[in-house]
Amino acid sequence: MGRKILLEHANVPGIKTYEVYRKMGGYASVEKAIKTMTPDEIVEEVKTSGLRGRGGAGFPTGLKWSFLDKKSGNPSHLVCNADESEPGTFKDRYLMEYIPHLLIEGMITSSFALGAKLSYIYIRGEYMWVYRILENAIKEAYAAGWLGKNILGSGYDLDLYVHCGAGAYICGEETALIESLEGKRGNPRIKPPFPAVKGLWQEPTVVNNVESIAAVPWIINNGGEEYAKIGVGRSTGTKLISASGHIKNPGVYEIELGLSVDEFMNSDEYLGGMMNDRPLKALVPGGSSVPILPAHLIYKNAEGGDRLMSYESLSEGGFQTGSMLGSGGFIVYNDTSCIVRNTWNFSRFYHHESCGQCSPCREGTGWLEGVLHRIETGHGREEDIDLLWDIQSKIEGNTICPLGDAAAWPVAAAIRHFRDEFEYHVRFPEKVKNRDHYVAEPFEKVKHLVTKQTV
Amino acid sequence: MKVTIDGQSIEVEPGTTILQAARMIGGESVPPAMCYYSKLKGSGGKCRCCLVEVSKGSERDPRPMPKLMASCVTGVMDGMEVNSISSQRVLDARKSVTEFLLINHPLDCPVCDQAGECDLQNLSFKHGAGKTRFIEEKRTFEPENIGPNIQLHMNRCILCYRCVMVADQLTDDRVHGVMNRGDHSQISTCISKAIDNEFSGNMIDVCPVGALTDKTFRFKQRVWFNKPFNAHRDCDKCCGKTTLWMFGDEIQRVTGRKDIYHEVEEFICNECRFDHKDPSHWVIEGPRKFEKGSVINQNNYTQKLEKVTIETEHNILLGREQDRKKISMPDVPLTEQGKKKLKEGNV
Repeated sequence: MGRKILLEHANVPGIKTYEVYRKMGGYASVEKAIKTMTPDEIVEEVKTSGLRGRGGAGFPTGLKWSFLDKKSGNPSHLVCNADESEPGTFKDRYLMEYIPHLLIEGMITSSFALGAKLSYIYIRGEYMWVYRILENAIKEAYAAGWLGKNILGSGYDLDLYVHCGAGAYICGEETALIESLEGKRGNPRIKPPFPAVKGLWQEPTVVNNVESIAAVPWIINNGGEEYAKIGVGRSTGTKLISASGHIKNPGVYEIELGLSVDEFMNSDEYLGGMMNDRPLKALVPGGSSVPILPAHLIYKNAEGGDRLMSYESLSEGGFQTGSMLGSGGFIVYNDTSCIVRNTWNFSRFYHHESCGQCSPCREGTGWLEGVLHRIETGHGREEDIDLLWDIQSKIEGNTICPLGDAAAWPVAAAIRHFRDEFEYHVRFPEKVKNRDHYVAEPFEKVKHLVTKQTV
Repeated sequence: MKVTIDGQSIEVEPGTTILQAARMIGGESVPPAMCYYSKLKGSGGKCRCCLVEVSKGSERDPRPMPKLMASCVTGVMDGMEVNSISSQRVLDARKSVTEFLLINHPLDCPVCDQAGECDLQNLSFKHGAGKTRFIEEKRTFEPENIGPNIQLHMNRCILCYRCVMVADQLTDDRVHGVMNRGDHSQISTCISKAIDNEFSGNMIDVCPVGALTDKTFRFKQRVWFNKPFNAHRDCDKCCGKTTLWMFGDEIQRVTGRKDIYHEVEEFICNECRFDHKDPSHWVIEGPRKFEKGSVINQNNYTQKLEKVTIETEHNILLGREQDRKKISMPDVPLTEQGKKKLKEGNV
C-alpha cells in the first residue's frame, strides 16, 4: 500500500468543510510556518524536499521560488495554476473538489514563504462548480482568520482570490496565464524576463501547479528530508496520476514515485489490469502532449530495465524509446484502438487551442490536423506520412511556448512507433472509412498487409 | 559588447538585440522580420522568421543555445556568436516559416495593392519553395468593412499584431484587436465599429502584407509605375514628412517615409495621408530612393545621368541634315537639276 500525502484524508466525510479539515490537522503548516519559521527557511525546506513541479515540466519548486526577485522592492505574488486542461489529466480537479482547504493552506504557507500579499488561484472556465467550492472554502478561511489582515497576529497580510479563466488551454502556460489574469488576451509572453522577475503586473511572480502547492503543507509539517525519503532518485514524494482508457479501475491515484509501471497497471490496488483482459497496445503516460509508448516499451525500457513511474525512468531513451511523466495523465489503449484516430483527436485539440501568436504553431497545428483527418477518413496519400513528420519537426522548438512542442510530439511518436498503421490507412482507404474499423478488426490481424518502416 | 554575426564582428551597446546588431552590420546577415517593428514597443517574437542560431552564448558562458532564437527579442551578450544566413539550420527554419505563412495566405499578388512592397513576397522570393505541399482548403474570412479609409483583407493577414500595437500605442482608443484563437484568429473591430481616429492610417504602413490597404488607392496603380517623392507640409498633428506616390501630376497615395527595412521613419496623421492629394499642398523635396533590389526602382531614375555622345559618320549626318531641310521646307530652293526632275519625273 503506497503512502498517501495529498489524499490521506480524501475519504473523510465532510473534509470539504473547514471544521472537519481543521479537526484533521489542517492549517497546522500555516501556524508552524508563520510562528516558527522565516520565509527563507520555508524555501530551503521545499528545496530540501526535492519537490518538482507537478504541472508537467518537473522543474524543482524550491529552486523556482529562490529565483524570485526580492531585491526589486516590488510586491511579489503567488499564482496557483489550476487551469488543468490537458486531455487525460484530471488530478487537480479531484484535489480541489474534495480537499479545497489543502490547496488554500498550501497557498497561505507558500505565499508567506514568497512574501506575497496578494495571491490568486487561476482556475479553468469549465471548472465552474470547483470554482464555487473554492470560493466557499476561501470564505471559510477568511472567517477563521487564516486569510486577510494580520494572520495569527504576525502582522502578515494575505488576500487570496479565485479567478476563472474563459476555457483556453493556452492559459495553462504560466505567462499566458499571467496575461489572462491581467485581463488581456491569453498569449504567452516571450521569456526572458521570467515571471520570477517580471510577472503579474510586471512584479515578481511564482506560478505553481495545484498539486505542487498542495504538497507544501506536508513538507512544512514533516520536513523536507522526510519528503525526500519518499520516491526514487530525483523524483521525490508522491504524485497524483489520473488514469483513463481501457483499464478496469480508471480514476485518480496517489502513488509514490518509483512505483513500477507494471504494478501500477496491473495490481488491484491501482488500475487492476486491462478492461476485458484485452491486450495492451499503447500508453500515454503523462497527458496528451507526451509521446505515446508502444506495448514493448511500457513495462521495460529499451535496455530491458523496469520502467518506473518517475520523471527519469519514463524519459529513459529520450523520445526515441521513452516518453515523459508530464502531468500524470495516464491514458491506456487496448488493441482495438486506432492510433491514427487518436493522434488526429489530439491534433484537433492542439489546433483548436493554439493561441495563434506564432506562425509555426498557428499554421502548423491546423495543417497537422488536416492531414491526419484525411488519412483517418481514407483520403490519405503515400507522401502524407512523411509530410506529417516534416511538419511536426518544423513546429517543434520553433515556437514561443511549449504548445507547439506539445502538438508535435504526439504526432512524431505515433509515426515513430506506429508507422505501419498510418501506412495501412493510406493503402486500404476503403477499410478505414468505417468509424470503428479496429473494433471489428484489431490492427494485429491486418498488420501483415503493411511492411513496417522505421523513421 | 562585442557580437559576431556570420563571422562579422561589431561593438554594440548593452540591451541591443541580435536583429538590431545585424542591421548595424547590414547585408545578407540581416534576418527577415515580419512582426518586429522598431518603432513599436513590445513587437517581435511572433512570426519566427528571424530565427538565428546562437553558436556561442557569451564569453562568460560559451555554451551554444540549443534552440534557434528569435533575433528580434534576444539581447546580445558580450562575446556572443550568431549564425544567420551561414547556418543551414536557420535557412531550413526560415523556409519552413515561409511555408507556414503561405499555406493560408492567398497568392493574389496580381490584384493585391501591396504587391511590390510586400514583405511576404520578399520573404518567399528568398526562402520560399517552388511549389506548395498544402492541399487542404485555405481558411477564409467574410469581408468586413472597418472604416472609410482602410480596407481589411483578413485572408491575407499573417497576424503580426503590428496594427494592433500601432492602435494601442499611437491612439487613445483602440477599437480593434485580435479575436478568436489559432488559425481562426482575426483582426477585427468587435462590433464592426469604424476605425476613424486620426492616426489609424498608420496601420496601413505597418502592415507587412496586403491585409490593410489604403481605400483611396485601391486598384489605382501598381506601385512601380508611381513616382515616389519626398515631400513635407506644415502639419499641427504630425511631422508632415511623407512620401508622395505620384502618377504624372496626380498624387495617388501618401505614406510615411519608410527605411530599407520598410519601417516608417515617423508616423503621419490621417489628414496628411488622405486629405491632401493636391501637389500645391506639399513642398516636394525630390525623388525618394529605395533599396537596390526593390521593384519600385523600376523606371525611377534618381541617379545623375551621364551625357552620352554618339560619334556617327559625319557624312551620314550631313545627308540627313540636307534631307531634313528639303522635306516640307519650301524656303529651300531647288537646284536646276532638281527643277528638271520635278517637271519631267524620274523616268
